Amino acid sequence: MGVEARKPPLQFALKLRRALGGKAGWNGVAVQLVFGTILAWMAYEIISNARTNLETQHIAAGFGFLQNSASFDVNQTLIPYSGSDTYFRVFLVGVLNTLLVSVVGIFFATVIGFVVALCRLSPNWLVSRVGGLYVEAIRNLPLLFQILFWYLAVLAALPAPRQSISIFNTVFLNNRGVIVPSPLAQPGFVPFLVVLTLGIVASLALHSYARRALFAEGRAIRIWPYVLTLIIGLPLVTTLVFGMPITFEWPQLKGFNFAGGARIIPEFVALTVGLSTYTAAFIAEIVRAGILSVHKGQMEAGSSLGLSRGATLRLIVVPQAMRVIVPPLTNQYLNLTKNSSLAVAIGYPDLVSVFAGTSLSQTGQAIEIIAMTMGVYLLTSLITSAVMSIYGWRLNRSLGA
Amino acid sequence: MSDLAASSYVRQDLVAERPAPVKTTGFLGFVRTRLLNSPTNILLTILGLLLVWYTVIPTVKFLLVDAVWSGKDRTACLAENVGRPVGACWPFIQAKFTQLFYGFYPEAERWRVNVTFALGTVLLLPLLIPRLPGKGLNAGLFFFAFPAVAFFLLHGGGITGFGVSWVAGLLQLFADSISGAGEGLVGLSKNSVAGPLLWAVGSAIVQVGTLLHWVIFPLTWLRDQMLGAGLGPWPDVLITAVVVSVGLFLLGGGARAGSRPLLVSLATFAGIAVVIKLMELDHGGLPIVDTRLWGGLLVTLVIAITGIVASLPIGIALALGRRSTIPLIRFFSITYIEFWRGVPLITVLFFATYMLPLFLPGNFTVDGLMRALIGVSLFTGAYQAENLRGGLAAVPRGQGEAASALGLSWWKTTSLIVLPQALRHVIPAIVNSFISLFKDTSLVSIVALFDLLGSLRASFADPVWTSPSTAFTGFAFIGIIYFIFCFGMSRYSLFVERRLNAHRRN
Repeated sequence: MGVEARKPPLQFALKLRRALGGKAGWNGVAVQLVFGTILAWMAYEIISNARTNLETQHIAAGFGFLQNSASFDVNQTLIPYSGSDTYFRVFLVGVLNTLLVSVVGIFFATVIGFVVALCRLSPNWLVSRVGGLYVEAIRNLPLLFQILFWYLAVLAALPAPRQSISIFNTVFLNNRGVIVPSPLAQPGFVPFLVVLTLGIVASLALHSYARRALFAEGRAIRIWPYVLTLIIGLPLVTTLVFGMPITFEWPQLKGFNFAGGARIIPEFVALTVGLSTYTAAFIAEIVRAGILSVHKGQMEAGSSLGLSRGATLRLIVVPQAMRVIVPPLTNQYLNLTKNSSLAVAIGYPDLVSVFAGTSLSQTGQAIEIIAMTMGVYLLTSLITSAVMSIYGWRLNRSLGA
Repeated sequence: MSDLAASSYVRQDLVAERPAPVKTTGFLGFVRTRLLNSPTNILLTILGLLLVWYTVIPTVKFLLVDAVWSGKDRTACLAENVGRPVGACWPFIQAKFTQLFYGFYPEAERWRVNVTFALGTVLLLPLLIPRLPGKGLNAGLFFFAFPAVAFFLLHGGGITGFGVSWVAGLLQLFADSISGAGEGLVGLSKNSVAGPLLWAVGSAIVQVGTLLHWVIFPLTWLRDQMLGAGLGPWPDVLITAVVVSVGLFLLGGGARAGSRPLLVSLATFAGIAVVIKLMELDHGGLPIVDTRLWGGLLVTLVIAITGIVASLPIGIALALGRRSTIPLIRFFSITYIEFWRGVPLITVLFFATYMLPLFLPGNFTVDGLMRALIGVSLFTGAYQAENLRGGLAAVPRGQGEAASALGLSWWKTTSLIVLPQALRHVIPAIVNSFISLFKDTSLVSIVALFDLLGSLRASFADPVWTSPSTAFTGFAFIGIIYFIFCFGMSRYSLFVERRLNAHRRN
């Protein structure tokens, strides 16, 4: 008589144990229970303490304060705002100002970062040393230090409006900010914009068509004359038909101040300069590492196929480098957005400054205001990381296929 | 034969000497190949030279050539008094030097700061040199003993109790909180639909609290007896030493494991007793210096070092939690890490300054520096966890599996096999996060603490020193300090990284 095979253990119980307690099984369940109890106890302590403390300070909990009138002014707003508006509008003003400085900062940081990276990669000894010096100096000084340096030392040392430093008589630098010509939309603005958008969309479609033709049938189509016509020619024709889309109002010195033109507040200038130069140093290192990560053989293979140096860079090196560059680059963009909260140190009216700063000290609603402020940043970074994981997934798929 | 000689060509004279190839070595060769080898490069070199000319020369001129080196107030740094363009105003730094380094720390007590810095340096330097022995003892002293000693040195004050009293106090708080929660539930039950249920749960919790009070009664009684004896913390130290040593001895396997753990534990307590005696902690210790008086580099270093020391255990716990298979623990770790990494440090500092006091019991006050320290530690802990996760992932799976095969428990596998290897891998990352923490400490000036940058900003407000070059001088000076610290640490991190990867180099 043979030995009978033992029955396999019950799969359902195993799975349940695994789901409830992980590899540790029932021990894991016990650990979770203890941990959960501690968390619940801490949550209870926090809530009950907060309730008692708020009662003693006579602060009503809840988001009702958002409907109250804020009664303070903000020196830069993208949407109409006056002191009689609500705290919720202050919140919106802050979010928009944060977005504005982030977008402008990201643009300049990218441009400076790529230029510095190219400098560092340059075969020219002096230029690569200058690039290296820039990166080392900027990365080893605190960002707040740099922003305060621009704000308290450089911008404060600029002359008064009457003695403004003028650049070609269009842009004026003085200690009250930067005066630039302000654009005024003319009747031809809307058609111009419509035609320009159409041109860009058509060019993109053309580009993707040409790519497909190249990959599917090996047919190289020259598209740049069409693109040039679509993006520059058509809007030019529209301008001739409808008149100039934009005219500029030029700033002029009248008395002690400027009439006309738009004033960019010095806080914005200092913050943008500080953020973009600081982040640029990190971007430069990312770009350099990305380009160096492409094997030398790729470049050599490109030239042995008879491609020019520019074509090799454009078609072979850059696409491979971008794969390495994009994820950390996005991270730097996110860092820049988070760092824009340093605005509070120099009084640029960003979200933290007007909402977590002024509004908080006026209302005392610490929990609600800080939760909302943190929520905005958290949402931004969660969305970014979601987009980045989709990017990574697509990349993996395209590499695997 | 002459026919043959005539038809073949034989060169009659020497070929003229060719010019030597262009030199590619030496200074001239370097200039030729790296600076002037093509029209584009010549242009770039000229641009680079112009850039250097317009940035480096004025900087040197400002800092050294045109600088004013002595003076009593702003008049010494005004161009009309000096009669030439004025550069850096160094007397301003001389006047504000103590403020930039110590803040308003009382002059008579400044030796304490110096002693702390000296002690820290003496403990830290051997830790950073890989070749020196005794890393375990050294790390223990730096990460555990030094923070405690530094606290009593910098802040002052003494102790009345020790281990037993602290445990008793903590347990009592815990029991009180449980009883309070139960009573709260019972109170709620009066006007609620689920009244009876709430009442039952509340009463049960109250019972648990009462039971806990009874259980810890011997401890609290012991504490009260010791406090009443008038011998200071000494009986408490003695009892704690005996209990902990015996406990370790028995848990460690008794006599089988040898007497080493027992000796180590006794030596540790002897060391603690010596420190208590030396610093007279039993007689109230040094005079208390309020943290509001601290400032300058002192605050910067205190926050950076406390942040990194406190964030390590948080980071280790979270990194292990994130790898755990237990759902709740993994979920909690991921949420914690992603939350703190998703928000800017400023909002964390605002949270610690304005929200944290609301979360603590009303009779429990935390001073401003402590709040910032808590915020910074929670924040850095999340980043440290990500660093450590990388280190843990770098340890081959086989290491943990081999340890399990030897019969080691999870705790032993982790603490003896996996973590030591992981920690070695992440030293460069920890140094890098220390650099960014060191830079980020400047943010505390926004929540009314005076670190190096905050002290500088405060010193600009002094009308005695208002002059056009004051701001530039101040920024130049503390910029140099920040640069020396950060640059030095980044070089060190590179050195360690190269050492760790030495086997990979070809």
